[in-house]
Amino acid sequence: MLALQGDVREHARMVAASGGIPSEVRTPTDLEGIDALIIPGGESTTIGRLATLYGLVDPLRSRISDGLPTLGTCAGMIFLASEVTGGDQPLLGALDMVVERNAFGRQNESFECDLAVDGWEYAFPAVFIRAPVVDRTAPDIEVLASHNGRPVLVRKDHVMACAFHPELTGDDRVHRMLIDLVG
Amino acid sequence: MEQGTKAESTGTLRVKRGLAEMLKGGVIMDVVNAEQATIAEESGAVAVMALERVPADIRAHGGVARMADPTRVEEIMEAVSIPVMAKARIGHFVEAQVLQSLGVDYIDESEVLTPADSHHHIDKWAFTTPFVCGARNLGEALRRLAEGAAMIRTKGEPGTGNVVEAVTHMRRMNREIAQAAAAGDDQMMALARDMGAPVELLREVAGSGRLPVVNFAAGGIATPSDAAMMMQLGCDGIFVGSGIFKSGDQAARARAIVEATTFYRDPQIVAKVSRNLGEAMVGIEIDDIPAGQRMQERGW
Repeated sequence: MLALQGDVREHARMVAASGGIPSEVRTPTDLEGIDALIIPGGESTTIGRLATLYGLVDPLRSRISDGLPTLGTCAGMIFLASEVTGGDQPLLGALDMVVERNAFGRQNESFECDLAVDGWEYAFPAVFIRAPVVDRTAPDIEVLASHNGRPVLVRKDHVMACAFHPELTGDDRVHRMLIDLVG
Repeated sequence: MEQGTKAESTGTLRVKRGLAEMLKGGVIMDVVNAEQATIAEESGAVAVMALERVPADIRAHGGVARMADPTRVEEIMEAVSIPVMAKARIGHFVEAQVLQSLGVDYIDESEVLTPADSHHHIDKWAFTTPFVCGARNLGEALRRLAEGAAMIRTKGEPGTGNVVEAVTHMRRMNREIAQAAAAGDDQMMALARDMGAPVELLREVAGSGRLPVVNFAAGGIATPSDAAMMMQLGCDGIFVGSGIFKSGDQAARARAIVEATTFYRDPQIVAKVSRNLGEAMVGIEIDDIPAGQRMQERGW
């Protein structure tokens, strides 16, 4: 997990429960020897600023474009995007899409719901906290789930992003998708 | 591709506690206006706390300290994209209703302001907006959770620039959690009585060995080393009140405390960010504060 800020511990718990071995990435050296990357929920402006300051942006870009299986949740989805609506903050651009921050409103509008996901037998318990949505995507990005017509779970090859927080639930299906990509 | 979704639930415990989880490893900064809020956001704060005066000024000026002017809170909400918290007086449920109506992201029922009720805290279950509350020990933290708080912070002694009380409260919390975890089922009720803690919540803590919510450090944190020490003591993140905007180079100190909080286990980085920050806020010895004026003793 990228451990600059955010709910790293919850992701670590899910990774361990899904059969992976969690480790924390704070510096470029920490990236060596990992088989998959999770960018957690948190504040995307804080994570982006610290990643820039500590020289992580280019190493992250090159590892991800070399095929490192990657999952971003909430702030992680924003950091993986190529553009943020009305914002100017450091982004990795690993997914060719435009993301709108705080798209549902403030904390009083944060919510839980059962979310239908393409190809999944039963709904996913999705927790949206000051969540973003995907505004526009390049045509080659696969949309796996939407909320009110707006994409909230997307994938392109080995890179996945969701606007909600699977790590706050007991449902490890999103994390298993990532671990399956490690093969 | 349209997907069907079922009903949405807002204001659930998971959603309230969840926002605090997202703030972990970060720094929440006290701000009194939009300009300070912008400096905080640009420095890497995960959230800002809107208030009328920082604790050091409240301490200096005396009088009754209340919720900030709604116009001021809204200006701060307009100025930044990160979450905005705001303080209500202990027990002042109408100030909390007002803050909820403004749409703040978290309400701090805070001993920094003058208490409005000398027996009761706010019934926090009645709100969609989540609450953070201060605590000096496990019993106090669990009483606040029983009232519906979704996040805890140490009280420390606000407005002093002196970290000693935050350390005391964090260590006491850790010690009492360990004590609960080591106690047998047959000791739970006696321990709950001694701590003044609701027994069901104490059982939960004893089983998991941790608080069921995020616990930040607050009250007297003034330097990058203070922040890193509190992180090493096991807190989840940092509140800085007067420590930034009562110091010399505010933006530099804000950035330094953010970096020290992330890299709290790396003394070389803490040393690097601590250089040339200008003057830290003037500190106050806790023993020099008359007993009746210690903010941490507010709350029941």
